[in-house]
Amino acid sequence: MSETLLQTLLNTPYVSKFGVSFDYRGDELTGLLPYKENLVGNPLIPALHGGAVGAFLEITASASLIVSQPLDRLPKVIDVAIDYLRPARAADVYARAQVARSGRRVANVRVEAWQGRRGAPVATLHGHFMITPASEKTR
Amino acid sequence: MSEEKIREVLESVAPLLVDGSPHAVALGLKIDQLEPDCIIMRAPYSPDLVGDPETGILHGGVVTALLDHACGLAAFAGLGAQDTPATLDLRIDYMRPAQPGLDVIAEASTVRAHGLVVFVRATAHDGDRDDPVAIAQAAFMVTKASQAATERAKKAFGQGETK
Repeated sequence: MSETLLQTLLNTPYVSKFGVSFDYRGDELTGLLPYKENLVGNPLIPALHGGAVGAFLEITASASLIVSQPLDRLPKVIDVAIDYLRPARAADVYARAQVARSGRRVANVRVEAWQGRRGAPVATLHGHFMITPASEKTR
Repeated sequence: MSEEKIREVLESVAPLLVDGSPHAVALGLKIDQLEPDCIIMRAPYSPDLVGDPETGILHGGVVTALLDHACGLAAFAGLGAQDTPATLDLRIDYMRPAQPGLDVIAEASTVRAHGLVVFVRATAHDGDRDDPVAIAQAAFMVTKASQAATERAKKAFGQGETK
């Protein structure tokens, strides 16, 4: 993995604006989207914005690709399919990703987000990312 | 409900459709057009929404949120502007990065509204709609939670007798 690249991801304006952080233990990375009022999509439910949850899933997918192998650049998203399973309440959101396949150019990732109970996911993402694995020289 | 009536309701609740959503406000989203058959929204370029500091390209999450919001409004209009729908799924193909410095514009329209489910299609571009940044397809549904929210909204804003 690349510590610098993970730090680059955390430092990107968009990611730091919403305060996303990662807990990386062993080979497992958990993303945290701490609750803030500016994440709310519909204050009357109240539920977090689908776009905020979707973006958080994308960020966690990127982070899990970065920790799973040495990369030269941040992964670029090709496509995503997001399923919204439950309304995301006004509370913290967690996410964990699984790299289903990682080739030389494209990686296939699945991510699951939950709030109170891991067994009750609020949203899942399945997507493809363009990656640039580190060449032998830069490794 | 007639298209004319839907347009009237959309116009009367227009200020709430973005300003009532804190996340949309945080991203600076704007409505360019509010027609029952085509919703156009814009995410103004902003340095604090950049996803790659090297290139200055907006984060994909901004495009995701913009598309989700625009599709949601199209679904709301597709349901006759009566019920607030919840997103069931959202599929996005990112064709190319948006050009740094340019606003991203999303155009969304309902393909079919069937009972409680609505299917929406949307395109995001940065000026030329024939050269899209992303294409999205989404499904929405009127849920119990979203119905309850609509009721609360109607009570809170004295709607129902919306002119």
